[in-house]
Amino acid sequence: MGFLEGVPILSIITYVPLIGALFIVAFIRGDNHRAIRNIATGVALIDFFLSIPLWFYFDPKASGQGLFQFKETIDWIPALGVKYSFGIDGIALLLILLTTLTGVIAIYSSFTAITHRQKEYYVLLLLLQTGMIGTFCALDFFLFYVFWEVMLVPMYFLIGIWGGGRRLYAAVKFFLYTLAGSVLMLLSILALYFFNDGGIPFLNINGLNAGYTFDVLRFHEIGHLIPPQLQFWIFLGFFFGFAIKVPMFPFHTWLPDAHTEAPTAGSVILAAVLLKMGTYGFIRFALPILPDATLRVVPWIAALSIIGIVYGALVTLVQKDMKKLIAYSSVSHLGFVMLGMFALNPMGIRGSVLQMINHGISTGALFLLVGVVYERRHTRLIADYGGLAKQMPKYATIFLIAALSSMGLPALNGFIGEFTILLGVANRNMTWAVFAALGIVLGAAYLLWLYQRVFWGPLDNPANQKLLDLSGRELLTLLPLVILMFWIGLFPSTFFDKIEQPVDYIVRKVDPQYYNRKPLTHPPVPGGAHSDQVAEARQ
Amino acid sequence: MTSGDIVFLVPEIILTIGACALLVFPVLGKRAAAQSAKWMMIGLLAITAIAVIVSSHTVTDFAQSRLFATMFAVDSFSVFFKLIFIAAVAMVTLMSEDYFRDSRYSPWEYYSLLAFALCGMLFMASGIHLISIYVGLELMSLSSYILAGYYKSEQKSTEAAMKYFVLGTVSSAILLYGMSLIYGVCGSLNLIAIDRAMSTLITNDALMLGILLLAAGLCFKIAAAPFHVWTPDVYEGAPTPITAFLSTASKAAAIAIFARIFYVGLQHFQLDWSFVLATVAALSMIVGNLAAITQDNIKRMLAYSSIGHAGYLLLGIISMSEMGMRGVLVYTVVYLAATLGIWAAVLMLQQHEYAGEQVEDFQGLHTRSPFWAFAMVMFLLSLGGIPPTAGFIGKYYLFAAAIQSGFGWLAIIAVLMSAVSMFYYLRIVVAMYLREGKDAQVSTAGSLRFVGAACLAITLFFGILPTPLIRQVETSARWVAARAVAVPNAGR
Repeated sequence: MGFLEGVPILSIITYVPLIGALFIVAFIRGDNHRAIRNIATGVALIDFFLSIPLWFYFDPKASGQGLFQFKETIDWIPALGVKYSFGIDGIALLLILLTTLTGVIAIYSSFTAITHRQKEYYVLLLLLQTGMIGTFCALDFFLFYVFWEVMLVPMYFLIGIWGGGRRLYAAVKFFLYTLAGSVLMLLSILALYFFNDGGIPFLNINGLNAGYTFDVLRFHEIGHLIPPQLQFWIFLGFFFGFAIKVPMFPFHTWLPDAHTEAPTAGSVILAAVLLKMGTYGFIRFALPILPDATLRVVPWIAALSIIGIVYGALVTLVQKDMKKLIAYSSVSHLGFVMLGMFALNPMGIRGSVLQMINHGISTGALFLLVGVVYERRHTRLIADYGGLAKQMPKYATIFLIAALSSMGLPALNGFIGEFTILLGVANRNMTWAVFAALGIVLGAAYLLWLYQRVFWGPLDNPANQKLLDLSGRELLTLLPLVILMFWIGLFPSTFFDKIEQPVDYIVRKVDPQYYNRKPLTHPPVPGGAHSDQVAEARQ
Repeated sequence: MTSGDIVFLVPEIILTIGACALLVFPVLGKRAAAQSAKWMMIGLLAITAIAVIVSSHTVTDFAQSRLFATMFAVDSFSVFFKLIFIAAVAMVTLMSEDYFRDSRYSPWEYYSLLAFALCGMLFMASGIHLISIYVGLELMSLSSYILAGYYKSEQKSTEAAMKYFVLGTVSSAILLYGMSLIYGVCGSLNLIAIDRAMSTLITNDALMLGILLLAAGLCFKIAAAPFHVWTPDVYEGAPTPITAFLSTASKAAAIAIFARIFYVGLQHFQLDWSFVLATVAALSMIVGNLAAITQDNIKRMLAYSSIGHAGYLLLGIISMSEMGMRGVLVYTVVYLAATLGIWAAVLMLQQHEYAGEQVEDFQGLHTRSPFWAFAMVMFLLSLGGIPPTAGFIGKYYLFAAAIQSGFGWLAIIAVLMSAVSMFYYLRIVVAMYLREGKDAQVSTAGSLRFVGAACLAITLFFGILPTPLIRQVETSARWVAARAVAVPNAGR
């Protein structure tokens, strides 16, 4: 880890936005808009630059005990066994980088869109950053839960204050849905907590008498010792917490409202990062800690994911509102992520992780792009547009790239993710793969149709004839995302390298026999001995 | 009993003398200002708090702490609660100042009654004998009835007092009847003797009826459903500082005796009463939180919410473990801090006797007073159990205790209802931040601001660094819960 040894880099990255927010609250007057905006952007940029060394100093080859890197651990509430414990693997690394980059873009893109109560707006965005980064870093359940809930409050205000027409309804719905899921998750966490010590009398479950702890890695170790029946109940609690956040099919109804009513930056963060909290939760907690339950629920999750993919895509087709269209497309895309993950093979999970990043980039870009025309015309209805390609060529080009990336055109990022997921899923169950492929076809349909209606055709609406093309600032917010689309699309191995070991780790946890049945897709790694021990422990 | 025992009663003696002095003072001299009454009261409370701490330090041994023929105990548990009561009453005192600025009502009797109520509460915290507990409870209740009707020319206030008095006395009678049945079966009113007697008994109808009636009476005092119907009317009609007093200090005192009676006296029959209390807890959480959703009057909303919180507190008693007792203690502190803070905010908006009570009065508060709006958000999040506020630590303990003792179903109801509670707490947040403001004035009284800041500091500090509180609570809980052992499978 080079010169980062001993530096609490994760804590620094997590709290820089918080410090920035406090600084703005304390020292900047509310009407000094320029200073607020510049400081907020500066803080987000600093945070992004601070997170870049993680990419270079992260050791993608480390496995076993070294898988989680940049660790920090101190006692926080000793009486409860709560530790302040941070550490990231390759999956969290990519998500943190995505978060810090999205943070900069979200703040920078709000300069003209947000005209009232600016101070509060930027302070809340920065607080949200702290909550999100902390959630990805936390390796202690208690700490994780704290950050998880802390995220909720700023997002609630962002939707509620700066949102569209039905913002109050959307904000409260978002808050309550997520809260209901997360309190059930809390019960699951408590069940794990007691399992490690005294057990849970009402299910006649004896604990391990190993003391009270919230250490996630400890639960990774003992997860397979939990009786299957208890695993199922714990999984159910996690499922409600995470599936609502993803959102999976029957729990998705908060998403179109929240996405549509949120301000552009809020939508971007929601799509790029907050939805990933759910999938990240599954991959970090539900799968490795609860292998038996995971194997048991695979058909159900696959069914819900496929319904999400197809139903989401069909609903997307008929949307009249651009933002709502992209919001519903998220339901479909996240269905892919979940399906790939529950293929429970390395290919599927790798694709799933990469698709988490891809969805953040593509959908984030699409929300930004819708925000651009919304800011000029104050309408998001597709019918109000048409022929924009003539008037806004730069805008049309970037929109096309983003749409193609989202629908999975080769050479762009979406293709790599969807293709890998399909490979993994087909490996598991061909029928699922057929349905998933149907989702891709529908995805192409709704995006191309959207593009056709907005950009082609006559430029007959007089209001559209005066539209200005992308400004330099807008171009600057979109450019990093476009670069990433090509980067991932052309050189995916730079990203796959980072997540190879974590994915292996998860596969070995959830299905220890996997690598005995299947030939290794890559040379054995030095840490392999570790997983053999786990396999032995199970027997 | 030895004459040395009297040392341990010094705080109560000081308080009684002080309360009488407050009553007599304005008669002797010329009618002094409300300000001086307030400061006299604060001084009295400070002296009492010091006396409590000093007298507790003279106790070194558990056995020594049983005083006056085991009527009265000075232990870590009672000291913990006494200090909470004194702090809460001090906050109520500070909050009351604005109320007497131009009022027709004398502050002297008011503070005197408050001091008598506090005196009763101190006895409740220390009582280990059903009679001493009952006498303390009645002293508190009688003072509260009068205080609820302190606005004697306001119809709402007198109505509240009347309702409270009638229902309160009936519940006291029920409580007393329960006690007498227990006495008849066990032959003693001392909690430890009751426990000893019960360990040799098997279930019998008279005893069960006694326990049931005792529980019913206590549930009335903590405002748990289905004994809650008086709460919204009394909370709405009483002068707001008194509502604050009833929903915090008075409730905490009832919880203290509830916990002590059931943990020390009735633990052997846990299997018999725990299910009844679990039903009461579930009902309180559901009824309180669902009914609060439709309320537009903030006093009524908080009344229903306090019914819900009584349900949460019962989780700790039902689970009958050290974890549960810690939960009760932690939750009492965080609930009191957040609730007192909210009442201070309501008073801050109050320009006339009953203004500032509608949710819409909070509209646009963030522009009028950013401090109060922020503090209110933190108090509401704390009541809803959202980290990083102290409410989360409290709920964490209670939910954990419930799961550990086998009341998983109750824990599920509890977490879902705390999500529901956020729905109506958010209504206040929506009004403060998301709606355009009214330009009504807010009170700028320094003492209110002090109460708000102190409650905010407690709420945030114990939310982020709960260790000091937890250490204290561990010691205090051990005194009472040492012998309580959760019966496996009680929740099934």
